[in-house]
Amino acid sequence: MAFQRCKAAGLGILLAASAGFAEADEFTAADEKRWEEQFQAVAQKGRELWTSPALGSNGLVCAQCHPNAANTHPETYPKFQKQLGKVAALWEMVNWCIRNPLQGTPLDAADPKMIALQAYVHYERRGATLAPGKH
Amino acid sequence: MNPLSRRDFLKGAGALATASVLPVNLIELAFAGSESFSFAYISDSHIQQIRGTEFVRNWDRGLMRAVAETHLLEPKPDFIVFGGDLAQLGSKPELDHGAEILSALRGKVHYVMGEHDYYLDLGEYWQKLFGPHFYSFDHKGVHFVVLNSILTYDDWTYHRWPTPEQRMQEMAGLDNPNGSPFMVGEKQRAWLEKDLAAVSRETPVVVFSHSPLQKIFRGWNFWTEDADEVQALLKPFAKVTVLYGHVHQIQYHQIGNISFNSAMATAWPWPYPTAYRQGEVYLPKLTVPMNRADPFHERDGTGWQLVNLASGNVDVQYTLYDNRRRSVVFSPKTGGPEDSQYQDPARRIPPQTHY
Repeated sequence: MAFQRCKAAGLGILLAASAGFAEADEFTAADEKRWEEQFQAVAQKGRELWTSPALGSNGLVCAQCHPNAANTHPETYPKFQKQLGKVAALWEMVNWCIRNPLQGTPLDAADPKMIALQAYVHYERRGATLAPGKH
Repeated sequence: MNPLSRRDFLKGAGALATASVLPVNLIELAFAGSESFSFAYISDSHIQQIRGTEFVRNWDRGLMRAVAETHLLEPKPDFIVFGGDLAQLGSKPELDHGAEILSALRGKVHYVMGEHDYYLDLGEYWQKLFGPHFYSFDHKGVHFVVLNSILTYDDWTYHRWPTPEQRMQEMAGLDNPNGSPFMVGEKQRAWLEKDLAAVSRETPVVVFSHSPLQKIFRGWNFWTEDADEVQALLKPFAKVTVLYGHVHQIQYHQIGNISFNSAMATAWPWPYPTAYRQGEVYLPKLTVPMNRADPFHERDGTGWQLVNLASGNVDVQYTLYDNRRRSVVFSPKTGGPEDSQYQDPARRIPPQTHY
């Protein structure tokens, strides 16, 4: 293990030797770029799903009622939904829309499609102040 | 539900006028002059085929309800306007199905072209069913103009897409960056100029278009590219109103002599473009928004309008499914349309806050 070898080399050398490996809190512009690309790819997948009839069974797509994911208010979740009688998370409301207007099959919370849909919704809403519980 | 006592009823008569079950009384009150009249305005039904004889039930129901409710109007409106986007993807089955639902209407119907009706076959089948894409007519001293305002650049229409189906799909996505801005176009503007030349400057003019004929948000085509040029042609007239669909929400505005009033959809509501954080938006400040729609109520945020022309300017009565009615009335005092109940910011209610 690289870690073991580093440990043996001593702390002073470890701090000086920044190339080739990194402590947990050390990351580079290249790392940031890669993470951003990873996120954008998932958000892009979310946009594709947002405009895809495959999520439902009747041809409807999310974007029909929510252009650019507007009026989804991701910053207000979790929040109380009086019709559900409980505090619900964004993914539960996404499933509500998939089940009802789209007449489709709900997704698991951890389904990569659900993650992608949320990535897209949040990205379109970037800059909004977090307001959990707000109606 | 608590039944209203007669005393409560009399006490609350003012509030009831906008919230009552039957629109009938309100409408009768609005008729003052002998030449005043009203027409019903239904828009944006987006009839959507699933397969064969199956259509999206929600959208069908919205249109059927509007048709049924206009039957209840007393006195009967002089005519009915359908504001465009009858179909979702402009296909024959969708237009046929929509036309069948609308065929239950009693009286003359004037049809406006929407982009969802147009971009499959460039309005060919629509024209067979409903008539010309643009024309004018006179009724009880008012000059009415019907425009096809959803045309766009020729390159986009004729040279961009491999199939008519793809062209239709690309224009059907409201937020699709591959779309193209709407316009009336040079040819129709020349026709309009000629048409209006024969009209007295004192004659009230009402223009029906699908898109707003003003610039609100280009990203969703709440926009007409040559709006300024069209407005210039309408400028010489004393009283001008533009009634438009497309936006699926209440909007109103006054630009000089021109009042702008939008229609609710019977299909589904759209967010106000200000709700999209990443866009540059010029939503009219004057507008008191519709209530934010509750997705758990299928028909919330939809409805139709009754338009009254008692003064030569329009009063729009919004019949909002699952909501109180709203009236947007031209005010001679301020020289623009105003909500008769909520215009004062102190009177607004929480659901009118959009964000």
